[in-house]
Amino acid sequence: MIRLTGIERTFTVGGEQVHALRAVTLEIAQGESLSIMGPSGSGKSTLLNIIGLLDRPNAGTYELDRRDVTGLTDDELARVRREKIGFVFQFFHLVPRLTAAQNIELPMVLSGIDPAERARRVEQLLAEYGLTERSGHRPDQLSGGQCQRVAIARAMSMRPGVILADEPTGNLDRHTGQEVMGVLERLHQNGGTVVVVTHDPEIGARSHRRLRMIDGAVTSDEKG
Amino acid sequence: MRFADLLGFAWQVVLGYRSRTLLILLAMGIGVAAVVTVTSLGEGARLYVVKQFGSLGTNLVIVLPGRSETSGSMPGVLIGKTPRDLTIDDALALKRSHAIRRFAPLIVGAGDVRSGARRRETPVLGSTAELMDIRGMELASGRFLPAGDPRHSQPVCVIGTKVANELFGTRQALGDWIRIGDRRFRIIGILAAQGESLGFNTDEIVVVPLAAAQALFNTESLFRILVEAKSRDQILDAKADVEEIIRLRHEGEKDITVITQDAVLATFDRILRALTLTVGGIAAISLAVAGILIMNVMLIAVTQRKREIGLLKALGATGRQIQMAFFTEAALLALGGAAAGVAAGEFGNSIISQVYPAIPFEAPWWALVAAPVTAILTGILFTVAPARRAAMLDPVQALARR
Repeated sequence: MIRLTGIERTFTVGGEQVHALRAVTLEIAQGESLSIMGPSGSGKSTLLNIIGLLDRPNAGTYELDRRDVTGLTDDELARVRREKIGFVFQFFHLVPRLTAAQNIELPMVLSGIDPAERARRVEQLLAEYGLTERSGHRPDQLSGGQCQRVAIARAMSMRPGVILADEPTGNLDRHTGQEVMGVLERLHQNGGTVVVVTHDPEIGARSHRRLRMIDGAVTSDEKG
Repeated sequence: MRFADLLGFAWQVVLGYRSRTLLILLAMGIGVAAVVTVTSLGEGARLYVVKQFGSLGTNLVIVLPGRSETSGSMPGVLIGKTPRDLTIDDALALKRSHAIRRFAPLIVGAGDVRSGARRRETPVLGSTAELMDIRGMELASGRFLPAGDPRHSQPVCVIGTKVANELFGTRQALGDWIRIGDRRFRIIGILAAQGESLGFNTDEIVVVPLAAAQALFNTESLFRILVEAKSRDQILDAKADVEEIIRLRHEGEKDITVITQDAVLATFDRILRALTLTVGGIAAISLAVAGILIMNVMLIAVTQRKREIGLLKALGATGRQIQMAFFTEAALLALGGAAAGVAAGEFGNSIISQVYPAIPFEAPWWALVAAPVTAILTGILFTVAPARRAAMLDPVQALARR
């Protein structure tokens, strides 16, 4: 469960204060599927980064699974991120010199999981996302859809409670985008919390709960 | 993160950026190879000199008349003013010391040596049978001077190979007679070719009994006395004994100079070792240059791999893990460079050894340890700044769109 209360985030750009987030208060229940939409610069990515513990708010509190994570140190945040949050990015962000299997394995390597256990999980994930035949291929030998599937498998390798996707279809053609959204929806059906940032209304409309943001504030919150 | 995984990750990076890896290996390799080769040269020179001194005879104490402190650069070649001569009796008195194994009085002069119509000016040494062992001389044929009372002598001599060749050519020299000045000597031995050994070329000398040399050069006084101590530990005792015995015989006056081979050798040893360290240190500067190159390359890597670092952070890597990844990478590169450098250095040594076989070129053990260790330490040290920069990177900015 995610609970944000009065989150403020300001940036200083060229000597001017820019309010990226203004008093955002938001509660996301475990297992919810949420989309955040809004024009460029509306603060949706900043909100996602704060939920993902990559960024810190200037004011307000953030509770993740009933634990206040606002005041944690960088290393503590890294550990929480590793255990509870999986990221999917618009540009996939796969490590180019590593194979698909090695990319999926990376979070488990960072947290020091036993190699035998890692191999078992990687194999399982490759099968789940239809990548078994591509396991030895490097990112430049994979299609965009395959890359994003590798990225999703990587995000799932630590079995996090929350998946955060920032424009996951932004770099894919329509058909492949639909396919990737299908994968994310399956994660939701299996009980995961999925938060998707997008500016594509069609993609946004697929979520159960839909947030709209303008100028750093949440302007609408629809369900159903 | 497990250590094996850390190594594996760094290994992937090293393999992934080939030209960068080769560049660093080259820089590190050159630095280490320079240290290994240069110190080998220094060490080779040192060993060469030590060996040359060793060939003079071991545990040697040299006694010469006169005090040397007034003039001269090196006491061994000094012929100073002599207030009181060293005599055969002075030499024989040394038998009283328990620290002395043997001694050989020595007279040196230039003699006009003739055989038939051939003549040659050569150094003539007057000494006793002990000279051979003290100086470590070797015979090609015949025997050395006979033992016996040094005050009496037989008309015999031992000649160097070159003297034999020059005077006799292909004829048999052993057993034949030569003339030195107005005296005749029968050749009873020919020295083996040993070449130069600091001061004398044994190929070009003629050795006659002491008493014969005294008569030949019309002198009572000795050029010097070569004394061999019983062991290395007793060199100082032997020196003290010599000084005391001669002082008593010279009415309490200390009018001789005693130099020990050990002291001269130790001085040379120190000088050459210091020299080796100095040039080794200069070569080590190239290691520092290689270190700076590593720093540069690592800084570039941090910028190039910004997105990757941001990704690792998003995936839950701590700042420490990212630093460790960079350190491991630098250590791997430095280690590879050091290995390549040691190999190249040893290869260079073997080539130089082929060209100058007389000098024992060999990298000293401390250089083989110090050069790679320095390489790895500089590699890691110069990675501190880049690694910190990577660890401090803001993941949001690092992952931001291009």
